[in-house]
Amino acid sequence: MIDTDEKHHVVTINVNGVRHTASVEARKLLVHLLRDDFGLTGTHVGCDTSQCGACTVDIDGQAVKSCTVLAVMADGSSITTIEGLAPGGGALHPVQAAFHEHHALQCGFCTPGMIMAVRQLHAQNPDPTESEIRHGLAGNICRCTGYTNIIRAVQSLASEGHRHD
Amino acid sequence: MTEATAIKYVGQPLRRREDFKFVTGKGRYTDDIKVPGMLHMAVLRSPHAHAVIRQIDLSAAHAAPGVRLALSGADLAGKIGSIVPNWIIPGTKVPDRPVVAIDRVRFLGECVALVVAETQAMAHDAIGLVDVEYETLPAVIDAEAAIRDGAPQLHDNVPNNITTIYKIGGGDYGKAAREADQVIALRVANNRLIPTCMETRSILAEPNVDGSLTIYLQSQVPHMHRRWIADTVGIPEHQLRIVAPDIGGGFGAKMHLYPEELLCPYLARRLDVPIKWWESRSESHQSTNHGRAHTETIEIAFRNDGKILGLKVETLGNVGAYLSNMASGGPTVNTINFGTGAYKIEHYEARSRVIVTNTVPVDAYRGYGRPEGGYIAERAIDAVARHLNLDQVEVRQRNFIQRADFPYKPYNGPAVIYDSGDYEGCLAKAMEAFNYAARSRERDQLRAKGRYRGIGVAAYTHMCGMAPSRRLALLGFNRGGWESARVSVDSGGRVTIFSGSMSQGHGHLTSLAQVAADVLQVPIGDIDVVQGDTRQVQAGHGTFNSRSMAVGGSSVHVSSSRVIAKAKKIAASMLEVDEGDVSYRAGQFTVPGTDIAPLGFTTVARMAYVGHQLPDGLEPGLDETVFYDPKGMGAPSGIHMAYVDVDPETGIVDILDYVAVDDAGTIINPLLAAGQIHGGVVQGIAQALYEEVSYDPDTGQLMTGSLLDYAVPRAEHVPSIRSLFQQTPSPTNPIGVKGIGESGSIAAPPCMVHAVLDALSPFGIKHLDMPMTPPRIWSAIQNAHAGAGR
Repeated sequence: MIDTDEKHHVVTINVNGVRHTASVEARKLLVHLLRDDFGLTGTHVGCDTSQCGACTVDIDGQAVKSCTVLAVMADGSSITTIEGLAPGGGALHPVQAAFHEHHALQCGFCTPGMIMAVRQLHAQNPDPTESEIRHGLAGNICRCTGYTNIIRAVQSLASEGHRHD
Repeated sequence: MTEATAIKYVGQPLRRREDFKFVTGKGRYTDDIKVPGMLHMAVLRSPHAHAVIRQIDLSAAHAAPGVRLALSGADLAGKIGSIVPNWIIPGTKVPDRPVVAIDRVRFLGECVALVVAETQAMAHDAIGLVDVEYETLPAVIDAEAAIRDGAPQLHDNVPNNITTIYKIGGGDYGKAAREADQVIALRVANNRLIPTCMETRSILAEPNVDGSLTIYLQSQVPHMHRRWIADTVGIPEHQLRIVAPDIGGGFGAKMHLYPEELLCPYLARRLDVPIKWWESRSESHQSTNHGRAHTETIEIAFRNDGKILGLKVETLGNVGAYLSNMASGGPTVNTINFGTGAYKIEHYEARSRVIVTNTVPVDAYRGYGRPEGGYIAERAIDAVARHLNLDQVEVRQRNFIQRADFPYKPYNGPAVIYDSGDYEGCLAKAMEAFNYAARSRERDQLRAKGRYRGIGVAAYTHMCGMAPSRRLALLGFNRGGWESARVSVDSGGRVTIFSGSMSQGHGHLTSLAQVAADVLQVPIGDIDVVQGDTRQVQAGHGTFNSRSMAVGGSSVHVSSSRVIAKAKKIAASMLEVDEGDVSYRAGQFTVPGTDIAPLGFTTVARMAYVGHQLPDGLEPGLDETVFYDPKGMGAPSGIHMAYVDVDPETGIVDILDYVAVDDAGTIINPLLAAGQIHGGVVQGIAQALYEEVSYDPDTGQLMTGSLLDYAVPRAEHVPSIRSLFQQTPSPTNPIGVKGIGESGSIAAPPCMVHAVLDALSPFGIKHLDMPMTPPRIWSAIQNAHAGAGR
């Protein structure tokens, strides 16, 4: 073992409504806790400098890049990941449905983080201008779509008057 | 199984069937896969661009917690073969490329040692304990510097750092130059790029009890990877199963043979445990191939009416420290063959030299060579228009290949044939959508008020879906040009397509099913598509060169047609009529002109397997496999237009509008096709305005080592792209399609350069290299002011 006991910390986190407890190295990032310990691989790692946003999750109501948070810092928090938006194979969340309808994804790798970011953007500004959408998504990189259809998907949420959590 | 209706699927904007797993977080990428007992590999990379390895001390790494194995290149010598390119242009000098450097490193990022440990963190901890003694050598980064006398030499068997010299042409350029009214010269650079798939590379090699290996790998070309790994590691192909799960973008970067793809299978066999490697983003910048990195010197001979008589081109392609998979083919065949673009330029003389330097290897990136080749033609024609002060559209029209010219062999050369096209049709559509006349007036009016608006135009054509196989042999390309498809109907009438193409976000589960559904005339919901598993899919070449629909889709079409041909025979036997009397429509086998009750597709499929009423000599089953080798290649074409506003105080370019009119032949799914254009155009805009790999020219240090330094555009940096299609079916394949994936990244760079040059024309600025960053534009304006003041 490289780690002594004191370098491990027990954290308890509510993820998608389920209480998880894990013993983690102090240096472990939240994104790795979600992926490696909790098996929630929908949250992706696309960079190592907090640029790409593929790891965006909701922590206590805020969209956060989970690579910027140590797992120990998330102790006691309530997290929603992409897997929590349409639980149990139920109806898609309006943002998920809009991405499908407007072909706002291709390879799908940035998509979970992008959807989590759009979810917050829409909650804060239900009827954004194109410019507000583009600036609001500045933390998330997509390499496939050229963003055109992502913008359309977000605009459709406003025009269809969707309300969601 | 529901009985079919006569819905036509081709041409419909069907929403993707693959989306649900991705939007719910259920996509399965290579790094998501974990297997019991899995160990992790980490790689130590050279921090120097060029150095001799004096000594490697692995003892501290060996002793670190959780470490199972630590190896240097010397430890692997003789155990794994060298990395050999798959495309070798005749006459090429191929340098030896060990999987892990043994006594010398030639680029920053080259593998020097590896560690296998229980966790990824432990492997990375231990890598930091490997002690390497280097003696640095002078490095050369730039291709022009690399071929000068006295330049550092990378490989003993590559004198002057030139691996390949390739020439192409036709007519008599010297004569054209003599007869021309004017000759001007231009030097253009195609900036070095990082493809930047959002999913970095990773691999998991898992030994099976029977001695075989299952290799999870995000490969654009699973069957070719199987062959290359087999040949290099020394494992027979039948003992390798490549599984390509969901792939987070490819863009050409995931179709090569990289060291890690050999090391994991080798180590998995050696240790008899699963081995995983995952590449961090910063590691990716120095370990995954770069793209472009060309310079072109162009001479243009033309008449004063704007007609170009001849073009002379000298290309230098910087391919990095070793020849990657296709590296000798990119700057040569893929580039200068296409240097005359959409224009009738009868006299053409082009030479390309492929140059090694102390940089990351350069290979395919979205368009591979065609963006560079298209840039030659477009920058040339734009320079002529600006030089003569003629309208940029009229000069293009004066030089266009005309509809009646197809099939057209540019410069009457030996290699290129453009099968079809209608450039005037595309142009008319683009001018209308863009509102060219009104925009031009607006630009002129605003110019008078001190605003710098510009209109950019670019036309393009190229060839996609490299084929037939015999043609590839002539070029030194050690693969075929075919694609395979198996269309298998089960005894319940449900269809499974096994395709050798490989989606990396393209939506093949939807688009290939659309192609099959129209032939089979069954609901698309009854058709599944399987790709990316060499144990399930019979054979294939994969997805690159915009070939999936033209070659892979055609293959699906042909095998589906054979399924129906066989089903007709069975139906005829069941109905006790001649086969020729049977008609198939809307999922029903009928005998027109009679009152014989029709048979449904499902009923006939069941009989194919029950076998009671098959005609004499016909085998049971309804399952057809095709290896489709095209007779020719389709030539996509198009016109793109951009409208920009340049702020002279800051040099910032604001893109006000971007219109793309693309002729990719028959469009299978306009929603997905437009998506390909959007993404390609934005990658082209990125090349034009933002992205460039930067090296310190003296030390060879990579200055753009992470996404903090390498400027991949975000949503706020680009406009919405307006995509329109012109459909001139390709006569080279049964479904009339041409490639589409690379068109955007071919057209957008020159289109953007032309728009910015147009905006800056009041300053007399005639040339800017990409990326046209604010400092570069601002400096050009300052220099122009200074020049005017002298």
